[in-house]
Amino acid sequence: MRKRSSWALPYFIFLVLFVVLPLLLIVVYSFQDNSGHFTLGNITKFFSDGDSLSTFALSIEVAIENTILCILIGYPAAWILANKQLNRSAVTVVLFILPMWINALMRTLATAELFNMAGIPLGKGTLLFGMCYDYLPFMIYPIYNVLNKMDKSYAEAAQDLGATPGEVFRKITLPLSMPGVMSGVMMVFMPTVSTFAISEFLTNNKIKLFGTIIQENINNSMWNYGAALSLIMLVIIGITTFLQGGDTEEAASGGTI
Amino acid sequence: MMKNRTRIFARIYIWLVLAVLYAPIVFIAIFSFTEAKSLGNWTGFSFQLYKNLFTGSMQNSSGLLSAVENTLLIALIASVIATMLGTIAAIGIYNLKGRKKNVMTFLNNIPMINPDIITGVSLFLLFVFLHISQGYTTVVLAHITFCTPYVVLNVMPKLSQLNPNIYEAALDLGATPAQALRKVLVPALRPGMISGFILSFTMSLDDFAVTFFTRGTIGLDTLSTYIYTDARKAGLTPELKPLMTILFLIILVVLLVINIRQSKNNNK
Repeated sequence: MRKRSSWALPYFIFLVLFVVLPLLLIVVYSFQDNSGHFTLGNITKFFSDGDSLSTFALSIEVAIENTILCILIGYPAAWILANKQLNRSAVTVVLFILPMWINALMRTLATAELFNMAGIPLGKGTLLFGMCYDYLPFMIYPIYNVLNKMDKSYAEAAQDLGATPGEVFRKITLPLSMPGVMSGVMMVFMPTVSTFAISEFLTNNKIKLFGTIIQENINNSMWNYGAALSLIMLVIIGITTFLQGGDTEEAASGGTI
Repeated sequence: MMKNRTRIFARIYIWLVLAVLYAPIVFIAIFSFTEAKSLGNWTGFSFQLYKNLFTGSMQNSSGLLSAVENTLLIALIASVIATMLGTIAAIGIYNLKGRKKNVMTFLNNIPMINPDIITGVSLFLLFVFLHISQGYTTVVLAHITFCTPYVVLNVMPKLSQLNPNIYEAALDLGATPAQALRKVLVPALRPGMISGFILSFTMSLDDFAVTFFTRGTIGLDTLSTYIYTDARKAGLTPELKPLMTILFLIILVVLLVINIRQSKNNNK
């Protein structure tokens, strides 16, 4: 048995080299100026730069709205899909996952073009719609997984004891499905903050999200400021993960695709 | 019993959401049958774009075709390596105890929690720091980085279902560790390895941000980066529409076949 635990060693080295070291480099570059000297300038630059700050605030706002929208639309869909009386075929579930397999940029461009054709001006509304469209499957899938694996006898017991369907949902199903909702939030919130390209396409470059300014800085060789902006995101990820308890495994180990 | 009204309402809801989800894809498919350059511009029914795609007679055809080739090749190499690395790692982690196990699980979670752009930027800085020139190899390494955790996650549950004595029994009966791995462990872990592989392959195919930051400046394009540059420069290559339509149909058929076979097996 002792021998086989050493099989984790190659992957450990790999993770240190390609995950831990790169993240440390983000920290290192954040606190350096162009010539490699220590500075707090990049961090203070962010907090004194009105443009970056308002982009940041807008990104968080869009991400919160998008997450709420995905829950409101996705939860009923997941609930219906997991309900054996309402949905008997596995094919419907596949149909919900299928769009994810088509290149996201291509789908986004088509969405933007659909808005153009309908005469709807590209802006915050279309951005939110497009984001929700892109991330909805990531919300539906984990909730569906949890609801599907849920022990039905709790709900039945509550029913036998006289709970109305509404009470069963509020007091049994909803609390038990919270891990799925939390994984969904993790898979929607941070990715929304950090998207680039998608937000540009959906608003015709009118609205920038946080991901776009990171990308612009890195591409214009302003690595240190780009790293500092990434560090700010990392801190937020750390906080949200900590609050959530860091349990994303439930959702990702879904099994069937 | 469920009321009929609820059932009808549920059905309408599901199909409504699906209709919205599929609208852009159907839109692309419809406009792949016309010659117009831009999406949403109908100039009569035509197979011209399909012909162009298959005969390769289009502007910048080598660019698009090599992008498709790169996408598939990178996804294949990355997911094969990720599956091997992830499976061996899963066996190792499963046999670890206490703090070491927690550390490995924690490290394995990081790439899954990190948004693409963080993975991309951090690896970009790594390659800059180590003075490694970026290109094919760095993109493949980056894809292995974000794929492997999902393989580990999919193989783990199969390990806990496995009787640990089988492997020991194989060793006692004279198998070398390599033989025991190949003939005992791998067959038992195969379902987890396959779903990990498929997940890796899909994520690699669909990746944009990580590729964007690690491909360097040698002009390496995958489908995603090709579409990105194309859309920002001159407007989309019209042949992308038939290409996307064909890809979509292939995926649709494959997934439906897999699922119908699976549900048949479950019913037996």
